[in-house]
Amino acid sequence: MTETAQQTEQIPAGGVIAADPAERSLWPLWEVFVRSSRGLSHVHAGSLHAPDASMALRNARDLYTRRNEGTSIWVVPAAEIAASDPDSKGGYFESAQGKAYRHATYYTQSEGVPHL
Amino acid sequence: MSAQSPQLHPVEATATTEQISEDARRAAEEARVGWERFEQLIAEDKRVEPRDWMPNNYRKTLVRQVSQHAHSEIIGMQPEGNWITRAPSLKRKAVLMAKVQDEAGHGLYLYSAAETLGTPRDELYEQLYTGKAKYSSIFNYPARTWADIGAIGWLVDGAAITNQVPLCRASYGPYGRAMVRICKEESFHQRQGWEILYTLSHGTQAQKQMAQDAVDRFYGPALQMFGPPDDESPNSKQSMAWNIKRFSNDDLRQRFVDMIVPQAEALGLTLPDPELKWNDERGHYDYGDLDWDEFFSVVKGNGPLNHQRLAHYRAARDEGAWVREAAAAYAAKQQQAAHDAALLTA
Repeated sequence: MTETAQQTEQIPAGGVIAADPAERSLWPLWEVFVRSSRGLSHVHAGSLHAPDASMALRNARDLYTRRNEGTSIWVVPAAEIAASDPDSKGGYFESAQGKAYRHATYYTQSEGVPHL
Repeated sequence: MSAQSPQLHPVEATATTEQISEDARRAAEEARVGWERFEQLIAEDKRVEPRDWMPNNYRKTLVRQVSQHAHSEIIGMQPEGNWITRAPSLKRKAVLMAKVQDEAGHGLYLYSAAETLGTPRDELYEQLYTGKAKYSSIFNYPARTWADIGAIGWLVDGAAITNQVPLCRASYGPYGRAMVRICKEESFHQRQGWEILYTLSHGTQAQKQMAQDAVDRFYGPALQMFGPPDDESPNSKQSMAWNIKRFSNDDLRQRFVDMIVPQAEALGLTLPDPELKWNDERGHYDYGDLDWDEFFSVVKGNGPLNHQRLAHYRAARDEGAWVREAAAAYAAKQQQAAHDAALLTA
């Protein structure tokens, strides 16, 4: 090993700036959801670029499940996701507020009564 | 969630309303409300998410930091990639390949996070390609011997982890989430590096010397990975106020020094700093001044391998262009075929 050990790095020289950066293809963005084990939901893991669904799946496998993190993957074109507007936060989710009676903790009379 | 989500275009909160139309007035109001909400999120140490309103400078700072971080992972594959063919055993080769693949993965997690701030992926790649973007200076140093691969794992990845653990709590959600994933994977990198050095330092005298030389070369540059001293780091203060950065450069550096001293002892190697010694009063190790002239010179492009690293990146990107184009053409063709088939059966 000592023979080769002192070798310095050999990297191919060269590389020029391409004339037109726009010529490089732009792959669409996909959102990746991974099911970590049977019985659990798919959970958003991140995103990646890929030309089509099958490549997106393969890339998602290599990118997000290198250590057995998943038993199933979904990929969804990011452009196809409809999302609520974060700015309308107050109004949009308001109907759940002030309705503590939807939670079990609202009902206190049964405290101390077993199995209730 | 993604860069495709419509991005708000934050207007400066200082915009005046006099001269302008209804649209501008509404935009200014949006900015005012957005600003208040942003300030509140930061004050409560909550997370900012992609579609939230955020000040332009916060967005810019993050794009710069997260993409530089991504570029560092991508360029960081080179010193190690170089040793895959020369790794001393099949096991070491497999480990090194896994590590290099992780670096690629880390780069991609981070590009994803940067993209959610509204800068397209290709633009980020372009910034690295043209040399406009920076990456961590440490990768402009060569990996001259197999022991350097050990030193890179132990010291370079070790410094990276020290820096990255607090970033898991960065105020920008996608960045913090990417960091959580990265930190989980990095600890294997550091341990495998330490183990390479351990094996060498318990081998022949020549092997031990090789390990010592590698540590001597990487100690200073690894300590400089935390950035300039606090009083010369003008952006740190704002980053800390925004909860992006949680600890100052010098605090993190100190934490790292305190950790590696006993680790070096366990290796039976010395750290190349005559001033390194325990300070009972401070409860920390004191360490000597670092060569900041060299650091800034490498940052400016005069490091041993700045040119080579970028040239290699460009060559790889250029040579892979046809693959990306072919995949895109194939996808378009398949889509057209599916479309035609649907028309025929309709």
